[in-house]
Formats: sequence, structure tokens, C-alpha cells
Amino acid sequence: MAEYLLLLISTALVNNVVLVKFLGLCPFMGVSNKLDSALGMGFATTFVLTLAAAAGWLIEHLLLAPLGLGYLRILTLILVIAAVVQFTEMVVRKFSPALYQVLGIFLPLITTNCAVLGVALLNIQEQHNFMQSLAYGFGSALGFTLVMVVFASLRERLALAAVPKAFAGAPIGFIVASLLSLAFMGFSGLTTH
Amino acid sequence: MQNNYRQITRNGLWDSNIVFSQKLALCPLLAVTGTATNGLGMGLATLVVLVASSTVVSALRSMITPEVRIPVFVLLIATIVTLVDMNMSAWLHDLHKILGLFVPLIVTNCAILGRAESFAFKNPVLPSLVDGLMMGIGFTLSLIALGIVREIIGTGGLFANASLLLGSHFSFLEMTVIPDYKGFLIMSLPPGGFLALGFMLAGKRIIDNRITKTRTASTDKSTDNNTVIDGSSIAA
Repeated sequence: MAEYLLLLISTALVNNVVLVKFLGLCPFMGVSNKLDSALGMGFATTFVLTLAAAAGWLIEHLLLAPLGLGYLRILTLILVIAAVVQFTEMVVRKFSPALYQVLGIFLPLITTNCAVLGVALLNIQEQHNFMQSLAYGFGSALGFTLVMVVFASLRERLALAAVPKAFAGAPIGFIVASLLSLAFMGFSGLTTH
Repeated sequence: MQNNYRQITRNGLWDSNIVFSQKLALCPLLAVTGTATNGLGMGLATLVVLVASSTVVSALRSMITPEVRIPVFVLLIATIVTLVDMNMSAWLHDLHKILGLFVPLIVTNCAILGRAESFAFKNPVLPSLVDGLMMGIGFTLSLIALGIVREIIGTGGLFANASLLLGSHFSFLEMTVIPDYKGFLIMSLPPGGFLALGFMLAGKRIIDNRITKTRTASTDKSTDNNTVIDGSSIAA
């Protein structure tokens, strides 16, 4: 149990997907103007990332590895992710129309979120077992959501600040992200993973 | 027609540069530009994929039904990326090891899908090829520019290990820019990437403002081009 807890902390804080590993920057910069949408994107990604991590592990160890089809890995994983996104969309629409209202528009965007494919590939590279893959996926997704929410809150304040003309919008956003990344570097050394 | 190619080149290199105008492909951009050498390697890999995918999509555009085009594009791109990945692993193994995860992740580079959707699917093969080439060169130059800034401020050198990673022909690139420099580690680490990109975006904006200011007298057609670019960056 402690091992999984450590894995969660290490993926969510120490090796944060966005600020340390540089995955999923497109939604990080693109959907972080408002806190609501950042939160929605975070939750939708959490769903998909965790499911895709599990599905990716199953595909790799039940299909690709036994048949020696390693060279089809990228092709298969991207298909699996697209299917998981579609599946999540259908399930959410069927069982919770209210949630669908919140998450709906973000779901199709997740297919091109490189964090999802990145985590699935990292799971294979680091030879995690099924439970570790699941924890790794969930931890990464938590880290993603956390950073999205923090960054969106910062940007909401930033919108009201007086910023030099040349820096308004994206440039100052990157500089704030740099400071946030600096803060997250303070977590390094917290775990040995 | 001549003018058309000139416009494509301009778009790729500056007006709708993948990084500095469309703000796409940020993950590989920030992750690998700790040194200019890695930036160059990643840029070239992306360039190959972009040219190949634009050409193939354009060549097959009459066979692809619009309803299923996105999955088809993704599969085509994934196949090309797999080929590039395996070739790099075979011929440029050290570089492949450093870029690591980010070579397979070219699949989810939204810029490539974006070019397939917005240009190659609507244009003949040759302009699509040129468009892919120019967009790729623009992307490579942005990666190198960011890499140069980070590497010089971070370590004082430039193109370290170029001969080791890209082959002995590239050894002329390696140099020490600031001798006896103690280094400023933060620029090589993740926060430095964000910081450098923020300042470079602001710099581009200042240059763009200068250009439009000098051009205000003669009315310019490229302005309606810019609105299209803004739309695509919001959609991504």
C-alpha cells in the first residue's frame, strides 16, 4: 500500500506531468483561462488518462508482447486512446447528462493530449505491473488537474493585472508557468522514484 | 503561382510559425530544448514526419471520405512516426535515447494533424509538400532558437555533443560561447524553458508590431491571414 501511495505522490507532485515532464502543455496553455473550464478539463482528463493507462497495459501485455508486435505499439495505443475517449463520452452522456454538459466539449480534445499517450508509453518503458500502471496513470492525472486548477486561478488574477503590452496574454502566461514550475521543483527529492 | 509558394514559405517561417504564432507543439518544444543539439534533432524528426504526412494526405485526399478523415489522418501519421522512430533508433541511437519519449509523441503533435486538416487535405501534392517542408523548417528553427538561448545562458556553450549525437560531420557546430562561465542551471531545467519561451514570444510580438507600423501606409493583405491563425490556436 505504501508503495502505491509513494507512486501517487511522486507522479502527482515530484515528477508532475505538466511542469516537470512537459506533457499535456496544449490544454495547459489553451484551456486555463477560466477556473471552471480548467476544472472540467482536469476531471475529463483524469477519467481518460486512468482508463487509457489500464487499457494500454492490457493491450501491451495481452496482445502486442505475446505476438511480438512491438512495432505496432504507437499505432495501437493511439487507437485505444481514441476508443477510450469515445467510450468515456458515451458512458458520461448516458449516465450523467449533467456531467456531460460540463465535460462534453473537452472530451474530443483529449485524444491529442500527449500526456495520455505519454503515460501509456512510460508505463511500458518502466515495466510497471497492472496496479502500478493504474496508480501511475491516476497520479499523473491528479498532478495534471492540480496544476490546471492552480494555473487557471493564477491566470484569472493575471487578467486583471497591469502587464506590459508586449507581454499580455501568452508570454506572461509562460513566465508565470515558469515560476510555478520553479515552485514544483521544490518537491524534488521528496521520494526516490 | 510563384507568389503562392512565397506566401507558403512566409507562413511557415514567420506568419503562422507553428510555435511562435500558432502556439502548438509546446510539449516537444520545451522538453527537448535544453541544448540546441537536441532541438535540432527533434526538429529534423518532426520535419520528416510533417513533409511525409502532408504529401501522403494530399496524395490520398480524393480517396478519403470527409466523415472519417480525422481517424485516417491519425493512422497515417502514426505509421509515419513509427517508421521515423525505428529508423532513428537504428541510425541515430544516442539521439533517439535522449529524445526518448518525444519521438513517439510526434503522433500527438497537434501541428501535424493541423496541417493535414487545414492545408494538405485541400491542396495538390506539390504545394502540400512545400507547406510541410516550410512549416517543418519553421518549427526546427524555433526549436534551435530556443535551444541556443537556453544553452548559452545555461551552460555558456553551444551545440554540445553535436558530433556525438548527429554524426562527426556536425562537430564544427560545437563551440564555447562564453569562456569560464559558471553556468546558470535553471535555464537548462524545466522552468528555464517556460521563461525563455515567454520572453521570445514577447520579442516576436514587438517585432511584429514594428513591421505593421512601418507598413501601415501601404495597406497589407496578410492581416486577414492572421485572423485565421488565431482561430486555429483557440481550437487547439
